[in-house]
Amino acid sequence: MAAVTSLGETPLAGAAARRPQGMQRRRRRRLNAFRYVVFTLFGLFVAAPLLAMLRFSLEGTKLGTWSLTAWKQIVSYPGLAGAVALTLELAVITSIVMVVLLLPTMIWIKLRVQWMSRAFEFLCLLPLTIPAIALVVGLAPVYNRIQHYSLSALQLFWVYVVLALPYAYRALSSGLDAIDATTLAEAARSLGASWFTVMFRVIAPNMWQAILNALLLTGALVLGEFTIAYLLLYNTLQPALYSISRNTPNAGVVFSTSMASLLFAFALLTILSYAGRQRRRG
Amino acid sequence: MTVAASTGAGARPVRAGRLPRLPAWLGTLPFLGYVGVFLLWPTGILVVDAFKNPSGSWNFGSLSTLYSPAVRGYFIGSFKLCVLSAVAGAVFGALVAYAVASGKPDGVVRRLSVAASGVLAQFGGVTLAFAFQALIGPAGLLFHAGWYYNFPWGITLIYTYFQIPLMVLVFLPAIDGLKVQWREASESLGSSTWQFWRHIGGPLLAPAFFGSLLLLFANALSAFATIQAWENQIAYTVPQQIGTALSSEVGLANVNAADVLAFGMIVMVAIVMTGYALLQRRAARWLR
Amino acid sequence: MSSPVTSTTGAAGRTAVEVRMEGLTRRYGAVTALDGLDLTLRPGELIALLGPSGCGKTTTLRLLAGLEDADSGQITVGGRDITRLPASKRDMGMVFQAYSLFPHMTVLQNVAFGLRLRRVAKGDRDRRAMEILELVGLTEQAARYAHQISGGQQQRVALARALAIEPQVLLLDEPLSALDAKVRAQLRDQIRRIQLEVGITTLFVTHDQEEALAIADRVGVMRAGQLEQLAPPTEVYSRPATPFVAEFVGLTNRLPGTVSGSTVTVRGQDLPLVDLGTPAGPVTALIRPEAVTLASEAAAGSGPLAGTVIAITFLGATSRITVNLGETTIMAQLPTSDATELSAGSHVALSIRPDPVLVSVAENNSVAASEA
Repeated sequence: MAAVTSLGETPLAGAAARRPQGMQRRRRRRLNAFRYVVFTLFGLFVAAPLLAMLRFSLEGTKLGTWSLTAWKQIVSYPGLAGAVALTLELAVITSIVMVVLLLPTMIWIKLRVQWMSRAFEFLCLLPLTIPAIALVVGLAPVYNRIQHYSLSALQLFWVYVVLALPYAYRALSSGLDAIDATTLAEAARSLGASWFTVMFRVIAPNMWQAILNALLLTGALVLGEFTIAYLLLYNTLQPALYSISRNTPNAGVVFSTSMASLLFAFALLTILSYAGRQRRRG
Repeated sequence: MTVAASTGAGARPVRAGRLPRLPAWLGTLPFLGYVGVFLLWPTGILVVDAFKNPSGSWNFGSLSTLYSPAVRGYFIGSFKLCVLSAVAGAVFGALVAYAVASGKPDGVVRRLSVAASGVLAQFGGVTLAFAFQALIGPAGLLFHAGWYYNFPWGITLIYTYFQIPLMVLVFLPAIDGLKVQWREASESLGSSTWQFWRHIGGPLLAPAFFGSLLLLFANALSAFATIQAWENQIAYTVPQQIGTALSSEVGLANVNAADVLAFGMIVMVAIVMTGYALLQRRAARWLR
Repeated sequence: MSSPVTSTTGAAGRTAVEVRMEGLTRRYGAVTALDGLDLTLRPGELIALLGPSGCGKTTTLRLLAGLEDADSGQITVGGRDITRLPASKRDMGMVFQAYSLFPHMTVLQNVAFGLRLRRVAKGDRDRRAMEILELVGLTEQAARYAHQISGGQQQRVALARALAIEPQVLLLDEPLSALDAKVRAQLRDQIRRIQLEVGITTLFVTHDQEEALAIADRVGVMRAGQLEQLAPPTEVYSRPATPFVAEFVGLTNRLPGTVSGSTVTVRGQDLPLVDLGTPAGPVTALIRPEAVTLASEAAAGSGPLAGTVIAITFLGATSRITVNLGETTIMAQLPTSDATELSAGSHVALSIRPDPVLVSVAENNSVAASEA
């Protein structure tokens, strides 16, 4: 079989850029030394309070002893279990409401009302400029009125959605950008899909990592929220921990619960980053 | 069949020819309504109430309380804490960000660092204060720092704990934007490492650095939970004083004080965030 | 072996230097990017390193620039051993593929940067920068920023910046690859003109063989960390030293043939061999399309080199036709005037010009038809 070979043109420089590019040996050595020092110091600084917290959470009744009491107390300490359950519920509700509110709106704006995207972004990032401590001042009259009707602390979710807006917005926004939603929508529309189909069967499924990210960020924010709950006199997780620590200084359960919630958040984010990676390879 | 490839937001609007002639923006009404009720309305309330007397009549002079020595003290306290923690967070965070950025782009170190920063930047609040109390508080594991309850030193250290990871998150893209060709071109033209940073790297990173610093400043300004858990008897900063004003049982007079303070705080944060946005835009132009 | 002439005085009165690289080796983990490379650039000469991605040409350039360290080997410039010198002390000008202009500086500041590092006073360095900008024809853009000028202009500024410091050696790393085709051709000629005018020893890396052939004094074809051939462009094209070079540079027909004596018989025609020592037996002959022509009217009809036209590609002055010979295809390049009567399906007879051909005696002579 004869073959006619073509010009020896090679693929673009993108391939070349992926080849290993080295650095001068001396500079690489100095850089590595710098990195070791920085990471070690930073690692120590990050770990120290966490380790202290861990140690205090394993403290027994006598100083210097070890015990798992504090961890068991997470579910048994008076007032705490209820606060934990309440906060978890709030986290779930807030996350879902957030995505339900934000995702269709963002897709809609991106596809149909692009001129609003600047204003929309401004609104979504506005909570960064109106911090919780200031916002609660304006909320107090509103929530006071609500409390007259004895509505449960779950009503906090209305405000929590607003607090988490910047983070969820950023997560969903980068997801939308990454999948080039406009082109997908145009392709689907040219095949005859309705707007509903486009939004919920074309766009949304393709950005599930971003959606998951938004859900988790919102949940994490709710779990850690103190300011508004405390000042509106609701007993969610953080205010509960706070009052326990005020009443019983160095109560172990405070440290164990904090540790638990931190580990929980870290686990969720790690899962998310692995889920994201698999999708990219597949 | 060719689909016109228009990418990204801001491209030509998609034709809505097949639908009934309802304006498309109506689709954003649920969102606008929500934000209007739960963000804009409370903000409006506090802004309006800042200018009202307890009895309900207008009092534009209430802003003058912002100049009173007590209130000035709170703002100065906030300012000190914010500047210290922002600078510390920015400088150390920049070093960590550089260490992260100069490694393998999808290596383990980078992934871990970014994930950890994401978690730690959110790890503020009461739990952080407890952690530091466990470390260097009166019963501290490491040692008891005599200055732990001194303002602003103890609380600045605590703030730095979440400022550094936030800096890493915000500043890392800027360092990634430093193209390797600039370094190599500079070197082949004869520059030393120091000369590179002084003439090229430094000036290029400066807008992003100072923008991030402003963001850290605003972040510290808004924080309440951490400092409340650290010290709840004495109010040094504006957020603390707002908290005191709201939770004390004295009547409406204090609510008005809280309104004024909150208003002043929003103005301050707004100015800082505007500066941040402007610097980010400049940084993006060079380091896209 | 070692030439006493390590420098000459070029057209602009500058002293050009010889660059000698011996035994350069560079490994990245398990990958050997360069395997004992020997390459000498004569004073004032422009050598183009040509090859596919991963062949080591960029690595060679970067080792010469000092941006990476060689695992072993030696580099001598103008008689001086610079192997251990860091990049900042090597006195070389480098032009990168893209994005190398400093975005926060104007064109003039970019060009003057190297002089600034050498503590030249502001007035002097601005004047010198303007002189260089005049050389590349961009004095009007002196106050602009990188994002305000086109890609081609950016590369000219990069060239000016590299030349402003009056380096001993000029290094260009695929400087035209990121540009439009038309700009590429113009800039290519301009670079060559400036290089000749300044008379500087230059190493030019590219994957575009047309570029390499057009501007180089000598072309070095590289593969897998080795130099396959280092020769003037005409020689690389018409007398490729290895099958790889023959296939990489220009189009090649691969036809089975049989060697006997000093000729190889390809489809009924006897063609002289480039390498007279080739042992007799079956080989694959490498034949350029422009060596394949239409046979005269008398021989038309049948014969081993007759077949039907599959495709005609119009290239301007020439046209390329692909002819189906039955069990194989062949490409011929003809003046367009000869090809005007042909169309897909036409019956043609071809003949091969009796130029010396390169043959490949590799085991897999019957190479699968790779249409890639």
